[in-house]
Amino acid sequence: MATLELRNVNKTYGTGLPDTLKDIQLSISDGEFLILVGPSGCGKSTLMNCIAGLEQITGGAILIDGQDVSGMSPKDRDIAMVFQSYALYPTMSVRENIEFGLKIRKLPQAAIDEEVARVAKLLQIEHLLARKPAQLSGGQQQRVAMGRALARRPKIYLFDEPLSNLDAKLRVEMRTEMKLMHQRLKTTTVYVTHDQIEAMTLGDKVAVMKDGIIQQFGTPQQIYNDPANQFVASFIGSPPMNFIPARLKQQDGRLLALLDSGQARCELPLGLAANEQDGREILLGIRPEQIALGASEGNGLPAIRAEVQVTEPTGPDLLVFVTLNQTKVCCRLAPDVACQVGDNLNLQLDPARVLLFDANSGERLHLASTAAATKDNVAHFKGR
Amino acid sequence: MTTTTAQLRASPLDALQRWLPKLVLAPSMFIVLVGFYGYILWTFVLSFTTSTFLPTYKWAGLAQYARLFDNDRWWVASKNLLLFGGLFIAISLAIGVLLAVLLDQRIRREGFIRTIYLYPMALSMIVTGTAWKWLLNPGMGLDKLLRDWGWEGFRLDWLIDPDRVVYCLVIAAVWQASGFIMAMFLAGLRGVDQSIIRAAQIDGASLPRIYWTVVLPSLRPVFFSALMILSHIAIKSFDLVAAMTAGGPGYSSDLPAMFMYSFTFSRGQMGMGSASAILMLGAILAILVPYLYSELRSKRHA
Amino acid sequence: MHSASNSPADKTALSLGRIAIHGVLLIAVLLYLVPLVVMLLTSFKTPEDISTGNLLSWPAVITGIGWVKAWGTVSGYFWNSIMITVPAVLISTAIGALNGYVLSMWRFRGSQLFFGLLLFGCFLPFQTVLLPASFTLGKLGLASTTSGLVLVHVVYGLAFTTLFFRNFYVSIPDALVKAARLDGAGFFTIFRCIILPMSTPIIMVCLIWQFTQIWNDFLFGVVFSSGDSQPITVALNNLVNTSTGAKEYNVDMAAAMIAGLPTLLVYVVAGKYFVRGLTAGAVKG
Repeated sequence: MATLELRNVNKTYGTGLPDTLKDIQLSISDGEFLILVGPSGCGKSTLMNCIAGLEQITGGAILIDGQDVSGMSPKDRDIAMVFQSYALYPTMSVRENIEFGLKIRKLPQAAIDEEVARVAKLLQIEHLLARKPAQLSGGQQQRVAMGRALARRPKIYLFDEPLSNLDAKLRVEMRTEMKLMHQRLKTTTVYVTHDQIEAMTLGDKVAVMKDGIIQQFGTPQQIYNDPANQFVASFIGSPPMNFIPARLKQQDGRLLALLDSGQARCELPLGLAANEQDGREILLGIRPEQIALGASEGNGLPAIRAEVQVTEPTGPDLLVFVTLNQTKVCCRLAPDVACQVGDNLNLQLDPARVLLFDANSGERLHLASTAAATKDNVAHFKGR
Repeated sequence: MTTTTAQLRASPLDALQRWLPKLVLAPSMFIVLVGFYGYILWTFVLSFTTSTFLPTYKWAGLAQYARLFDNDRWWVASKNLLLFGGLFIAISLAIGVLLAVLLDQRIRREGFIRTIYLYPMALSMIVTGTAWKWLLNPGMGLDKLLRDWGWEGFRLDWLIDPDRVVYCLVIAAVWQASGFIMAMFLAGLRGVDQSIIRAAQIDGASLPRIYWTVVLPSLRPVFFSALMILSHIAIKSFDLVAAMTAGGPGYSSDLPAMFMYSFTFSRGQMGMGSASAILMLGAILAILVPYLYSELRSKRHA
Repeated sequence: MHSASNSPADKTALSLGRIAIHGVLLIAVLLYLVPLVVMLLTSFKTPEDISTGNLLSWPAVITGIGWVKAWGTVSGYFWNSIMITVPAVLISTAIGALNGYVLSMWRFRGSQLFFGLLLFGCFLPFQTVLLPASFTLGKLGLASTTSGLVLVHVVYGLAFTTLFFRNFYVSIPDALVKAARLDGAGFFTIFRCIILPMSTPIIMVCLIWQFTQIWNDFLFGVVFSSGDSQPITVALNNLVNTSTGAKEYNVDMAAAMIAGLPTLLVYVVAGKYFVRGLTAGAVKG
């Protein structure tokens, strides 16, 4: 197993064309599971191809185990990859597919047979060894693709959206299996996906990408709780974070955000202001699960009454849509809450969880220290 | 089983691998540049020289082209090409489309029938020409057959009639190529979206009307492909003329391809022959370039 | 597609319509078959029989003398055609396969341009290259040889064979090549172990298309060969169009059949590949 480091990696496809990858900087240690996540076209697959050596970088360096492999061809980097389409060799049997890479490396046949047996047992594909890829189901093909990678015992595993082609139910099953396998084998892995649930559940470290730039690199919890900008905040979490345009008011050095539901108004305390911010327009970010149904008598928590516009019962939750500051806001409530369209609900927003973003750039703002002002409130929110 | 020494630079074998695709393509690139475009250029140059039996590189300006335009045989050949090409394309298209539409009606043994319509394409134009020369033989061919069958006094001497001999070429060429047009259109018809047809049927349209107003217009790309291919065959027609009429009687059934061969290789007029070849190229470009242009434009819009 | 209505009046109309359709198709079948039938009948008659009978009359005596004489005249040229066609087909297919492989999976700067130039070459009227080609063959010492013809056919068949393979390989997902590269396979290994085994359909199309084109060719044959090196199409034309002595139509027709049978047989046996070749060439990418 090995460490992976990307230093100032740049990739352009031609002079005059915009950079596909700009100044990528990240590093993972031995045995870590890195997720590259982002929307289509963000460059994650290109980055993966560059790590694999299938494409050349135009600037920076890629280091595996401390050695610069930027100029090396794919076969010398000792990397194995599982593709979204599995890319199994159609004219070869499953066994031959797994053996192919080993035969090229001139492994003795006995060792090859051992590897094939080991991998087949691990992935439970022993009964499929004689079949051709066309005779396998999607899930079976996916396992064979993984088997091909595992048999190589490479330094790094690359997964390019391996679960995207599976149906929803199978995807969830395979996701858990992947996690189990990683726990068992402790392999250094880079995993590309556009699914943010996979990103949260599978990764030790997550890199959120957009337009060829890493927007944020950190653990899943960091990305979820402390997003660097509006894009990251909206990308992770489902249903996505609400962004409420609000005006700030400064009173006696304390910062407040003004909320208006059409029924009522509320001033949300954000804490002690760092500097003059009165009148500034910002975006208030709050996740649906961080809005709670408040008790009708005030208990000191900031609350606002709002009219229910739409309800969506999902089974495990009840999603309720209200309007705040003329913006649609989604609230995730317990499924047994009785409410209908037109009802007025008392909604409590936890100021400790509220995030501020610049209305133009989307950058995260740290305008106030929230700890002192809301310590008492935090005690009431056990978090969902 | 991992490589113990990781190199910092690519090995020379890697460099070879990077060059391999280019190396593999290189001979073909050479052949195309020389054998296609280089030779065309050469012929082009020759058409401006005074070459006769052997190539000389004495500049003659447009003299050879002028001689072509003064040459009655070249005019006959060109006019024949228009007549032959026009009839050949029109009739092949008509028959091909008709047969394709009929075959689209879920006929039993469709595959067998298709095989029969297409087999002439497998034959050489020489074989086709020889067969039809015999069939159209004045006195012993079709006319004798029809006379024996009861049609007294039927005569079919088109093959030796300078004004009608081109029609014989058309008949043979249509026989050979119409099956192919049928195959193209049948494939196109099979690709038509069935829901459009059902919608038209619900609207009350009859089947022939549906074909004429809805289905066939949607096959416009196939029409153009067929037009391109048929024009190409027409302009290149040499084998058929050689076998059926050798350009005769006289030169009344001559075509540009035959003219070029005869003047270049039999009559020792390389300059004129080259000029005629360049004019043939011009004819093909005149059809090809607008077609490609419209294809590219539609792709850009799509 | 057929009409959905079902009333009795429509049913008769339907069946009348279907009879008409079948009728037209049947007439067409006969028209397409007549020349072949006539050729066969004529080839088995004697010259006297031909002059007394007509095109479709059954031979008074079925005799093979036409065939014997035809074979005697053209057999040498038949072998020439084989000597020309077989190597040319194999070589042009092999080169086309490698070219198609490079153009679809190992693209580099200029390869698309080359493909465009090649595509244009499919439309070449060969008249524009005949003279320079014959000069070149002369300089190479290959004028009037079967090898010279093989060279010419390979050169001018490249455009189509490359087109066939390139269009076929383009539909193979390039994740396959990427996976193989990661497994450590190089350029030729990938071709040999992965791409080639998948290529059977297009190889068949290419072989059959090239065989038909080259065997049936007349232009190159008549320009680049003479005497002993001529292919059978040229020999047939010479036989049929020489005006010495009385015409022996039975011999002419037998010779035409001999010239036409190989490609006809290939068509009958492997017709679907032939059709695919035609439509692949027609739908130029």
